[in-house]
Formats: sequence, structure tokens, C-alpha cells
Amino acid sequence: MAFREYTIGTRMFGLAFGTSMFITLYMPAMDMRDVAVTDIGLHRQLSFGRVGGFSYEDPWLQGKAKPATVMIDKDPGTGSTIEATTAYVYPAGTPFPNGIRHPVILGEKPRLMSESLGKVGLADDTKGAVFIVREADDGGETIPYIENATATRGWMPEATMSVASEENTLYVGKGKIMFVREGCWWCHTLLPEQTQDWQYFGAPPMLGDFNGENPTAFGSDRKGPDLTHVGSRNSSREWMVMHFFNPRLVQPYSIMPRYDYLWGEKDINGNVIDYDAWREEYNQYVANERIYPPEVPIPAGDSEARALIDFVINLK
Amino acid sequence: MFKYLFAKNEDIPPGSAAIFFGFSSILWFIVGTGLGSFNAAKLAFPDFVTGIEMLSFGHMRQVHVLAVILGWISMAFAMAMMYITPALGNTKLWSEKLGLWNCFIWNLGLSVGLILLWFGVTSGREYSDIIWPVDLAIIFGLLLPLGINVWMTIKTRRTQGIYTTNWFFGAATFMVIIVFTVGNSPEFFQLTGLTEAYLTWWFAHNVLGLWITPVAAAISYYIVPKVTGNPLYSHRIGHLHFWSVVVFYSTPAAHHLMSAPLPEWLKSFASVEGVLILVPAIAFVSNLLLTMSGKWKMFVENVEIKFTITGVLLAIPLNMQGGFQQTRAINWYIHGTGWIVAHAHLALLGFSTFLEAAAVYYGLQTLLRRKLYSLALANFHFWMLLIGFATYWISMTIAGLIQGAGKIYEVPYIDVVIAEHPYMIARWVGGTMVFLGNCVWLFNMWKTMRQGTLIPAGRLPHELAYER
Repeated sequence: MAFREYTIGTRMFGLAFGTSMFITLYMPAMDMRDVAVTDIGLHRQLSFGRVGGFSYEDPWLQGKAKPATVMIDKDPGTGSTIEATTAYVYPAGTPFPNGIRHPVILGEKPRLMSESLGKVGLADDTKGAVFIVREADDGGETIPYIENATATRGWMPEATMSVASEENTLYVGKGKIMFVREGCWWCHTLLPEQTQDWQYFGAPPMLGDFNGENPTAFGSDRKGPDLTHVGSRNSSREWMVMHFFNPRLVQPYSIMPRYDYLWGEKDINGNVIDYDAWREEYNQYVANERIYPPEVPIPAGDSEARALIDFVINLK
Repeated sequence: MFKYLFAKNEDIPPGSAAIFFGFSSILWFIVGTGLGSFNAAKLAFPDFVTGIEMLSFGHMRQVHVLAVILGWISMAFAMAMMYITPALGNTKLWSEKLGLWNCFIWNLGLSVGLILLWFGVTSGREYSDIIWPVDLAIIFGLLLPLGINVWMTIKTRRTQGIYTTNWFFGAATFMVIIVFTVGNSPEFFQLTGLTEAYLTWWFAHNVLGLWITPVAAAISYYIVPKVTGNPLYSHRIGHLHFWSVVVFYSTPAAHHLMSAPLPEWLKSFASVEGVLILVPAIAFVSNLLLTMSGKWKMFVENVEIKFTITGVLLAIPLNMQGGFQQTRAINWYIHGTGWIVAHAHLALLGFSTFLEAAAVYYGLQTLLRRKLYSLALANFHFWMLLIGFATYWISMTIAGLIQGAGKIYEVPYIDVVIAEHPYMIARWVGGTMVFLGNCVWLFNMWKTMRQGTLIPAGRLPHELAYER
């Protein structure tokens, strides 16, 4: 390297590449760091839990140690009737999302509210906690924040799960894992565009809608429709069950794969699912040898199919 | 090859590492394109092999992408670096043993990463799907040893100057390490939200812009002058190419997220920088095509030049698309459609694959000291790649335009799926042709190693006539 041009060249290279990295990494990072989270962003991260991909607590992506989303109308502490509330239940040992581990990512005002009014600093993931999203008025501006209901109201995770009915319990955190593991996002985006998609797929997301989420799984290629607001377009669980088991049952021209294997061995009634028999009967139906397709089994409460359907229905 | 892993560096025949990398890359190419063909069949016929989790589209799609990028393309790059860098420095590879270990660990690490992905163990981030422990292994076990070997070979060269190809090799091996480290930081440090989304696409953009594109171009800077005997048309245009890659190609990452709620200044900046990608592109293409002057007969007659120049020519539509499709005026129409899939295959299967294939064809003949076994099979391979790729590219471009129209006219999505069906079949046919062509290629290279005519000392492979 004793050649003068190369000394100058390597320095120039460092300058050019360093400037490029400064503009494309440092400046956006500083800009996005100050974004205040929206209530949508809080609901998202509380329902998904800490991470939606590979993690220590769930290395094989089976949906372990993930929160449940419940709709309750009874106070788990006192048993009295309350306004319908969405609560996020983190049983003991479930890692908290980033907004609680590092409240700085919430942006200044939501962080201050979550810490002072919401008592998120008192949450302890070895004991579990229940979180709800609340809003506070700050000089005319509505600020969403996280409330640690275990600390403020005495809602314990088990008690909260027990006051919620089965149909009002959604395993969204586990469902997000299924969404990522099964590669749903290779064909369905989670990002309506800021153009014509308004009319068809609903409003595109805003700047603060993703704080605390990892991975965001926007997707880049649409082989099927965008799913950001799919739960608002179609909230029929019966349709979802048939569609995931075999999409051609409800949409003959669909190119979506069958996800029947997510049903596991037994259905909700504990009956063993005979996949071979089902497929044979379905083939007869396709060949016009049967009038009706075979009955689709209802997924068990702890099945992966149930969690995935919960996740999709919860995309409002 | 395995017997040399524990031999003394001096006892290992020069070129062993490059040969090992060369054959590995062809094998990964067959694996990658085979998976691609299988996946395409599923998109055309959704009930083709159904109900098995491990063979479902969502488990195999990312394995196809990364087998091609990290297996075929990157290992072919490593192969090219391990014989071109010393050749241009008039020296030997700095450490043949490190190169052999590098290739051995590369095959092992990539297999582990891809098998885990196949089981669904993923980070859920496109292109950086591989989980972070394996990412660390890729950075320190694969890319860093490769970089050290290239940098040290350049440092210990026996020529005064450094030729264009080696600037690109030296810089790209450095930049890809930075890109892998920074691009996977959302997993290392649990970065979330838009920062995560942006860094995902920062990685995806820069792994193409600072690794695949410059290294592929660097290969053609070597092959064309070497085989035609013409000197490079302009050293200065080469400078322009190099510096504009570093300055312009490293900045437009945000144009992959034009429809996401990123800061507007960032999207506008990225879009302008994205058009400036045309600067290195035009510099590169014109430099190489002018180098061909007076030797255009070789484009028809010489198989290495045929591959190289086809790759260079495909850089023209690639960069014309790439420069303009990311502007807001066009991006809103084609974003998220098959157009982008076609563009990605134009970059990786069109432009870059033809250049890597040329490097592997020429390099294996040079290092094995054997003339290519069969010209007919090589031509067959060329046309299978080109026709297969063109079928894929054209059909997916049309499918993308249909999707774009469906998007803006609010056509029910299922009608778009129905309209795309014939193009999905065409894409599968095209991809399968590429796969079959590669199987023939492996046979041809294997026969070259065993039965190719020996090249006498002091002669170059392309100077000898074919015997078959």
C-alpha cells in the first residue's frame, strides 16, 4: 500500500461511505426516535408481546410465552361490572413488550403518562401482569398510555383470564408467531399504501403505529389481499376456519395453501382428525361425487390454527 | 478437498479453495433454482403437494431466496475473488488453507441456517430472515475470513497498481460486513417499529447494492479484457463507476418503503438518490461495451464472453427499471406486485447470474487446467438460462401490471388472482428451464474436471479449440 493514491483513496472511501451511513442511518434514527406512539401502536405491541420471530423463550416459534388478548366486562379484582375493556394478560414468565421494558421508545408524553399514571415501572415479568390502554388529557391533547392494571387495580393474570369467556379470549401473541412462521406475510402485506388502497383496504398506518413491534412484517409482495384491516372486513370465525383448512372451500379460485396441518391431532371436542379421510371425501366433492364437502373440524383452544385465526380476526 | 483442510498451507495446490467454492456454488444454484421451480409450481397449482408443513410455500420461499443469494451468488463471488484477486496481483492467494476452511464453513453454516429457516425458525424479516446467532456465524465465519483473504492478497500483490476489479473486491467485502452487522441490528438489539422496518430494507437494498451489483460488475471488468485481449476502455470511467456506487448506491434504502409512514424527507431523498443509480450503471455498461470494440464476434463464438456480455446488457433494463420504478410517480402503481418480483429476478437471475456463471466457467477451466468438456452443453445451458429467465421476467412483468391495474381500479382481489393464473404457469415453466439447464451445467463442469483436454502451460483456456 506504499502507493500514495491508495492512502488518499482509502481515506476518501471512508469519508464517502461514512457520510452515506450518517445520512441513511444516523439521521433517520434520530428522527424516528422521537415519534410518539399512537393508541393503535400500544394495542399492537401489547397484543403481540416482546418479539414475533425467533427468541430465547420460543426458539422453535411455537408461540410459547406470549400474551393473550381478552375482552372483559367484569372487574377481575372486585367482580363488579365494568365497561367492556380489552386487557392484555401476561402470565408469570412472559416477557413484556419493549414499551414496558424500555418506555423511552414510546415517545416523551406517552412514556411520562405510562410511568406516572400507568405505573408500568412496577410491572414484574416473573410475576406476570395485566395491561390496558388508556387515554389521558394533556392540555387538550389526548395522550394514549399503558396502564399496569395489576399495580393500579389489582388485576391478576389468572383472575383476568377466568372472568373472560372463551370467545372473548384471543391468542393474538401466539397467532403473530404463526403468521411469521408460516410465512403468511410472503403473500399478504400488512401495509395499505398511501394511494388507491384507501378505498379497498382501508386507511394506511400512521407514524406512531408500530413503536415496540418486532418484526413489523409489512411484506413486500401481494399475491393475496392486504390484511391490515381484514378483521373489519370479515369477522366471521366460521369463514376463517373453513378458509384456513382449505381455502378452496370458500373461494374456488384461491391460490392460498391449505393450513390444515395447524389443526394438530385433535379438534375442539377431543376427536382425532382423520386428514386422509377428509382429503379423500374432499376429492370426491371436487370430482362431483358428493354434493357437500366434508365438515371442517373446529380447531382446539390450544391449537396453532386457533391462534392464527385469532390474530387475523384481531386485525381491525 | 477435505484432505487439504489439515495440510500445511504450502502443500495445498493453488486454486483448491476456488475450485471448492466453484463446485459448491453450482450445487447451491441447483438447490436454489430447484426450490424456486417447486415454489412456482405451488403458485400455479395450489394443491400441488399439500398439507405437509415442511413443503408448504411459506416455509420454502425464503429458503429459495437465501440459497440463491448466499449459496449460488455469494459462493460464486468467493470463487471469483479467490482466483481473480491473486491473478491481478501477480501473486498467490494469501492463504489457500483459510480459503478451504472458509468454503467448508460456508457450506456448513448456510446449510444450518437454511434448514432452520425451513423449519420456520426465522426472524420474520425479508432477506435477513436468518436468525441472529446464525447471522453472527455468517459475519465472523464466512464474510470476515473471505475479506481477510482478499485484503491480504491485495496487500501482498507483486504489481504496483491495483486493477479496477480488485478495488471492487476489496471494498465490497468490507461493505458487506458492515451491511450484515448493521442490517441485523434490530435482532441483536431488539430495535422495533419503523426503525426495524427501515433497517430490514436498508439491509435488503445494500446487500444488493454494495455486495451483489459491484462484485458482479467487477467480474466482468476482469473477464472481458482477459478473454478479448482488449484493454479496459477507460480506467477513469471505472473510477466513476466505483465512486458512484459507494456514494449513490448506498443511500436509497428507503425507496423500498415508499408507502410506509417513514419521514417524508427520507423517502424523497432516497427517491432522488435512487435515480442517481443510473450514474454507476451507465458508466459500467458503456465501459464494458466499449471494451468489446472490434471483438464483437466473440459475443457469438466465445461462451465466456457470451455469458458476460449478456449479463452486462441485462444491466440496461435492470437499471432503467430500478432507477425509475422507485419514484413516487411509478412506485404507487407497481409496488407490491409481480413487477417487483420480475425486477428482482432480472437483477439476480438476469444481470448477476450471467456474470457469475462466466466467472465460474472461466475460472474452473483456468484452475483445473482443462478445456471445457462440451461447447454444445455450455450453449444449451446458456439458452436454457436466457429463455427460462426471459419467460419468467416477461410473464411476471405482465402479471405485475395486471395486479397494478387491479389495485388502482379496485378490482376484487380474486379476479386479479384468476387473471394472473396463465402467467403463474409461464413463470413455473421458465424457472424449471433454468433448473434443468443448471443440472446440465454441473454435468458439463464435472466432465471438464475429469475428461477436459489438458491446457498446456502458458496457454489460456479460450485460446484452445474445442474438441467436441
